[in-house]
Amino acid sequence: MTDKKHHDAEAHFREKHLMLDPLPRGQMNDMVMESMTGKPSWKFWLAVLVLGGIVAYCLVYSWAVLIAEGLGVAGVNRPSYWGVFLVNTVFWIGISHAGTFISAILRVFKAEFRRPFTRAAELMTTFGLVQAGMSIFMHMGRVWLSYWLMPYPNQRMLWPNFHSPLSWDLLAITTYLLSSTMYLFLPLIPDMAMARDRSTGWRKAVYKTLALGFRGTEGEWTHLRNAMNIFAFAIIPVMFSVHTIVSWDFAAATRPGWNSTIFGPYFIVGALHSGMGAAVVVLAVIRGNMKHMKYFIRAEHFDAIGKLMLIISMTWAYFFFNDYMVQWYGGDKWTKMLLHYHEAGPMGWMWFAMLIVNVAIPWAILWNPKWRSTPWLVSTVGILINVGMWFERYIIVPISLTINRMPFTWRLYQPGIELYLGVGTLALFILLYVLASKVIPMIPVWEVQEGQMAHQFKKYGRETVVAVSELE
Amino acid sequence: MIKLEEVKMSAEETGKWGMVIDQDICTGCQACVAACAMENNITFVGEKDSGYGRSMHWIRIERFWEGEYPEVKMTPNQPMMCQQCGSAPCEPVCPAFATVHSQAEQLNLQVYNRCVGTRYCANNCPYQVRSFNWRDYERPEPLPNQFNPDVTVRRRGVMEKCTFCIQRIHKAQDKAKSEGREVVDGEFTTACAQACPANAITFGRVDDPESLVSQLAKRRGHGVKHLEELGTLPSVTYFKGG
Repeated sequence: MTDKKHHDAEAHFREKHLMLDPLPRGQMNDMVMESMTGKPSWKFWLAVLVLGGIVAYCLVYSWAVLIAEGLGVAGVNRPSYWGVFLVNTVFWIGISHAGTFISAILRVFKAEFRRPFTRAAELMTTFGLVQAGMSIFMHMGRVWLSYWLMPYPNQRMLWPNFHSPLSWDLLAITTYLLSSTMYLFLPLIPDMAMARDRSTGWRKAVYKTLALGFRGTEGEWTHLRNAMNIFAFAIIPVMFSVHTIVSWDFAAATRPGWNSTIFGPYFIVGALHSGMGAAVVVLAVIRGNMKHMKYFIRAEHFDAIGKLMLIISMTWAYFFFNDYMVQWYGGDKWTKMLLHYHEAGPMGWMWFAMLIVNVAIPWAILWNPKWRSTPWLVSTVGILINVGMWFERYIIVPISLTINRMPFTWRLYQPGIELYLGVGTLALFILLYVLASKVIPMIPVWEVQEGQMAHQFKKYGRETVVAVSELE
Repeated sequence: MIKLEEVKMSAEETGKWGMVIDQDICTGCQACVAACAMENNITFVGEKDSGYGRSMHWIRIERFWEGEYPEVKMTPNQPMMCQQCGSAPCEPVCPAFATVHSQAEQLNLQVYNRCVGTRYCANNCPYQVRSFNWRDYERPEPLPNQFNPDVTVRRRGVMEKCTFCIQRIHKAQDKAKSEGREVVDGEFTTACAQACPANAITFGRVDDPESLVSQLAKRRGHGVKHLEELGTLPSVTYFKGG
């Protein structure tokens, strides 16, 4: 009787937790390989075709028109000199934050649930930063001269202005892109070696190159673990500084509504808010559309991310309120006017929609463990949060720019070609994911196996307990 | 930490060119706007873009109404152009050093061929007086025949703004130098001041107590510098209600 009960408890744990449900190594490797190299269905090709078409029209063609015609085809005007381009830049940098948060912060804190989706999250960082970088270049009047922002030696001894927050921004984003790409690559090495040993043809050549001759000896593992540890700790301050510096583009300016000291942490929390929302959507899509993923990505993962989303939503609400309080308390006449314009102006519907989808809906749904473990429900919340965070940036950039200290110039901004370009960046982001799912192992197999090795059942009297041993 | 007095001191010491605008005699006729556009090769934006907030004038006449209809009271016309701040918010934010301070003339310069079009300077300008070239605008005939050869023509993607007609300043300085003398007050003036039929705009050296601008400022008293509380140290003084 007790034995059966004990057995039931174990089975219950197994079903729920990936870490307690180990499969033989070879089988797990084959599952990941099959999900990657298996013959793509017609759905895959359709997705590639549609996304490729959107990228070609909305990104390549529209950008060409924008460069050839000038920014007149966009909606930017006086006083909204910055529009949706900057909204998209901040939005994509925000998306990219969740990747680092999941793969670095959760790794440092040894959160075991992170293991199967660190790869998907890191890809989000790199792909998101590509879109952010493109959006900021779209916004420039003479993008063909953008290399002037780089400190490069030249005959005229001209140097970029390091007083400008835009220069800080450029350096911060470049640093983040480089370090996050390296941090994506390091944990990929053992998986590349795994794929190398199990593939033929062009794949073999690619994986062989990327695996850097990794054989899995004890020395190689030690080096790799050290490198990943160093990177995990080093990339956390980079991640925090990037979005703080992005917020300084606004906070360092002499504009009502922008000149707010709370913007740094407020932007970081906002970034995590949208990033977590995006991460959960990615997980739901991977789980629904790739082979064998229902084994790796389970309800417990949605539950864990759902909890994080709830906490981040509460933190965001606090900072949102705090930002309003601090600005209102400043007593500046123009700021007061702007704050009223936010909720009572022509774009007030956006302000209320932002609060509903960023705060009300997550709080109403994510408190319930059952609801937040349901992939379609929690990913719908994730999509809504991203819409809300896009609205938030839209309110901060073009809507706040509408009100300035010269009432004669007040005029509402109407987006033009920016919207096409925004859709183009979104399509490219998804397209990169779709293509990556066929080339890069979406699940870091070694990380899952490592976690499973550390977990075991122990019996204390009649009670079955889960024990996790320290690996390092 | 720089103290406010020090900033003011340095502005008093080094401020050079300035303007005095008498809003009481400004009729709002827009002659200054037209003259500025012709002098500085400002492009013709067209009705549609102009209506959408893309007008490209380096000087504009602001009109405001006070009260609700029918009890409407019009405030004096307010010509607004680059205030040539002594401590300009537009300057530090440009990542390419395209907007810089001229140490010699104490003016804010816009280096057109260095501008990459981030438009940060325009966002940070509290006076909203910067104009951006949103497109390469067509100039209808016969406008292409009246370009001022002393002023660069700007292309799309470049920021521009009032320069206090720096080409005229340089011309006058070159002439005076070749004749071995100093520039005399009133020898030249900006296009807007020259065109104003009511003489509402006066331009000259603010660091010379004998110049007309300094005399006018002293005589009228109670001059206002716009948004002075931001510490921008503007060079344009406004008079109203004298």
